[in-house]
Amino acid sequence: MNWFDKLLPTRIRTDSSDKKGVPEGLWTKCPGCGAVLYRAEMERNQDVCPKCDHHGRIGARRRLDLFLDAEPREELAGNLQSSDPLKFKDSKKYKERLSAAQKATGEKDALVVMRGQLKGMELIAAAFEFKFMGGSMGSVVGERFVRGVEAAIEHNCPMVCFSASGGARMQESLFSLMQMAKTSAALNRLAKRGLPFISVMTDPTMGGVSASLAMLGDVNVAEPNALIGFAGPRVIEQTVREKLPEGFQRSEFLIEHGAIDLIVDRREMRDRLANLISLMAGRARPV
Amino acid sequence: MNLNFLDFEQPIAELQAKIEELRLVGDDAEINIQEEVERLEGKSRSLTESIFSKLNPWQISQLSRHPLRPYTLDYIAHIFDDFEELHGDRTFADDPAIVAGMARIDGRAVMLIGHQKGRDTKEKIHRNFGMPKPEGYRKALRLMKTAERFGLPVLTFIDTPGAYPGVGAEERGQSEAIARNLFEMAGLKTPVIATVIGEGGSGGALAIGVADRVMMLQYGTYSVISPEGCASILWKDAAKAPLAAEAMAITAEQLKKQGLIDHIIPEPLGGAHREVEAAARNLKHALIEALDGLAQSPLDRLLEQRHERLMAYGAFTGE
Repeated sequence: MNWFDKLLPTRIRTDSSDKKGVPEGLWTKCPGCGAVLYRAEMERNQDVCPKCDHHGRIGARRRLDLFLDAEPREELAGNLQSSDPLKFKDSKKYKERLSAAQKATGEKDALVVMRGQLKGMELIAAAFEFKFMGGSMGSVVGERFVRGVEAAIEHNCPMVCFSASGGARMQESLFSLMQMAKTSAALNRLAKRGLPFISVMTDPTMGGVSASLAMLGDVNVAEPNALIGFAGPRVIEQTVREKLPEGFQRSEFLIEHGAIDLIVDRREMRDRLANLISLMAGRARPV
Repeated sequence: MNLNFLDFEQPIAELQAKIEELRLVGDDAEINIQEEVERLEGKSRSLTESIFSKLNPWQISQLSRHPLRPYTLDYIAHIFDDFEELHGDRTFADDPAIVAGMARIDGRAVMLIGHQKGRDTKEKIHRNFGMPKPEGYRKALRLMKTAERFGLPVLTFIDTPGAYPGVGAEERGQSEAIARNLFEMAGLKTPVIATVIGEGGSGGALAIGVADRVMMLQYGTYSVISPEGCASILWKDAAKAPLAAEAMAITAEQLKKQGLIDHIIPEPLGGAHREVEAAARNLKHALIEALDGLAQSPLDRLLEQRHERLMAYGAFTGE
């Protein structure tokens, strides 16, 4: 306590340790247009900027929460964990990276899969958690995705996946590369059963995830202005030694080049996907 | 320094140079140096044996990309008869980084598909250093479908640093081309045998690598990212590539131990490039054996087993 505080009578003295400041995160700045926005308003708006429509990145649980009906919901294969087959270690042990990511996100790995409903239509929905090691795909992500596809086959319902990933998880080396083949093979089975797969690519969807399950939708959807591609822009710049054009590898670039079917605003995702699914199932449009 | 020898092979290169020198001297000298040449050759052989008996993953990674290493077309010339190369994806272009066509092995008709690198600068550029673009993968898929229609087994040869990271490749859907191949190969109604003959670089390799048998030449490598790429991301320093090569388990021996490949094809002493014919013989033998093995299974069983193999990839705990 400094001398000035000591002069004050105890009644009006405030201990600096329980002094209330401005609460953290009450305000937030839009990365798109720089507007300063009230955090609660952003949340009400599904993390889409009300000024410029910038789609902020959101976590896997929030994504599924926004997308699925409130109930029923059942998480699939939630207990799976990587067994670190290579005892991988770079500057840090893979095991340590995993537990740090688990602590930071509350997830066991980078994909959450749920069986639930969309406007009363049963489906399986999966979402990547980008904050879990960049949403990278290793053995657990691959297995959970496949369990989701198998559940869709078992319950004769569609599969929807929201991707947000930097690609394959290096720390599992060839095991993670093989998840590309594994998830694609599972989707082949789903297609043979005549069940739809809708892939929604969100910012960012790159590398091994983009080059497997994400591009294999019967309908490929993207959120506005999401970065979607095989090689990262920095790698391409180093290879071709030229500046990349504005908007390169963004959703609008992809739709122009014929890689995706449509761009859907997050706030319309439930309506539009429900319509698509009902069209594919030959059912009336759900309300 | 002899550029046809890698760093760790330099002692062998020096001995070889000495032997060459003696031979030249021997031609016009009175004395008989035959004995000395033989002695040095023996020494060179045992030196090679000793160096090659304890190669580390980084050295093997360098061998897999050795400038003299045989490429797909070299093996095709040595192993197959009546090769008819087929070109193009029917939509955009022919990608010289992937060669494909029908041929006979031991009298049996097959479809061949492989990455192709170039030997000299001009050819390297023409082949884009063995890095395919979407049209390459689409050509491969088109010909796999042709093979399916005519009941030809598909033999693929993997040897690429990876799919090409370029503007045009992205515009034409590099991701989709790779994904589509993975999707289609999983259900292709004909036997598929994939062999890593050199460098198995990530998704660009896997895009022709979904198979009923996955084999690797002894000094091939197969990984999710190059050791240099991994080192520059995780160690923030590409010079740490030897550490990354070690950590990622990229050699045939390590991958066999992990159950990710089925068979290792031995290479001649010093690597495939020292005796191309012997390497090709070993590869041919392994291919015929794999073809014979797969010919036994009826098609639906083959497809079920392929699916089970793909579903089994992964290492995790907990239910």
